[in-house]
Amino acid sequence: MLRAEAISAFRGERLVLRDLSFALAPGEALLLTGPNGSGKSTLLRLLAGLLRPEAGRLWWRDADALADPAEHATRLILVGHLDAVKPALTAAENLRLPGGDIAGALAALDLTRLGELPARMLSAGQKRRLALARLALAPVPLWLLDEPTLGLDAASVARFGTMLGAHRARGGMVIAATHLPLPLPDARELRLT
Amino acid sequence: MNRFGRILWRELHLALRYGGDTVAALLFFVLAGLLFPLAIGPEPKLLGTVAPGVVWVAALLAALLPLDRLFGADFEDGSLDLLLLSGLPAFAVAGAKALAHWLTTGLPLLLIAGPLAIMLRMPDAALPALLAGLLPGTLLLSLLGSTAAAVVLGARRGGVLLPLLVLPLAVPVLIFGAAAPAAAALGETARPELLLLSALLAASLPLCPIAAGAALRGAVG
Repeated sequence: MLRAEAISAFRGERLVLRDLSFALAPGEALLLTGPNGSGKSTLLRLLAGLLRPEAGRLWWRDADALADPAEHATRLILVGHLDAVKPALTAAENLRLPGGDIAGALAALDLTRLGELPARMLSAGQKRRLALARLALAPVPLWLLDEPTLGLDAASVARFGTMLGAHRARGGMVIAATHLPLPLPDARELRLT
Repeated sequence: MNRFGRILWRELHLALRYGGDTVAALLFFVLAGLLFPLAIGPEPKLLGTVAPGVVWVAALLAALLPLDRLFGADFEDGSLDLLLLSGLPAFAVAGAKALAHWLTTGLPLLLIAGPLAIMLRMPDAALPALLAGLLPGTLLLSLLGSTAAAVVLGARRGGVLLPLLVLPLAVPVLIFGAAAPAAAALGETARPELLLLSALLAASLPLCPIAAGAALRGAVG
């Protein structure tokens, strides 16, 4: 469904991705591994349509995915390494963009009790959970995750694993950059150098 | 609620929680205006002559104050990615931000400009022309300002660069905006100036969000 074809991308002056090709079918997961600076985050931002590839194409169901970045954005959720949590808004208010089933999303990551609390009162791990709760707001086919479990406790990782499993069972796709083991059984690995 | 409305709601909600930013811009506006009688003397006729220019310059500078954080805060905490991936085209995101800037800065400035002008002894006949000019004028400042804020995003010393970009672009707005009440004070019609301001607004309304959207895409890419 998602297919990258000979993608190359620059980060500043440096060519970090070179002739990268892969394909992902519904229900599949892809782990991006590699040392720091190998282009994992760059690739995720590129797949999200935030970054234009220098060469190569990205296909979504045999159509050019990046032809309309706004439409491509509706097919995916990117959880970057920044949490994008506004300290002045409450946890629940933070989820009103992109919007969806806010109560359900808070419950999925055990944040219901903290829903009315200003996000500045949350700990680093709780903010991370709030960022991950965006995944549960509405079903979208593609999840792009950048170090999703950084700072999470074991119980939250297990809960997140349940979300990942349910998403893949629905036919969703996951691409995750990580150094930590993720609860993604039989995920394929793409090693960047 | 549609996506544009959700972004606008979020911006207004944030502005409400950080109410100090709006109040600071308003206080700056009033204080900058109050400095003139102290500096050039309280002679009513002289003050009345310079009042339109004073109100306009003070409004222009006050509208600059919150621009630095307009996209800066979202850029630093990752929210800009969220906004650009909200399913709206980048120009609509920039448009929502410009509208939020006008509602939280331009509109309050417009409301408080009347009392400030009266305080500066502006002739009564000129007041409607001043406010009628400030309506498209503040909208123009929000559009130009948000575009410049998007362009300097990610640049080092962007805060210094920002006024240097906005002020030259705002010169036509300032000229026609201050000329309208000056003409009205002399008993002439302010219609040409107001129409020129409206024409500037009509041109900026589509162009500024498109330019700002392209700049935002460049900043996150």
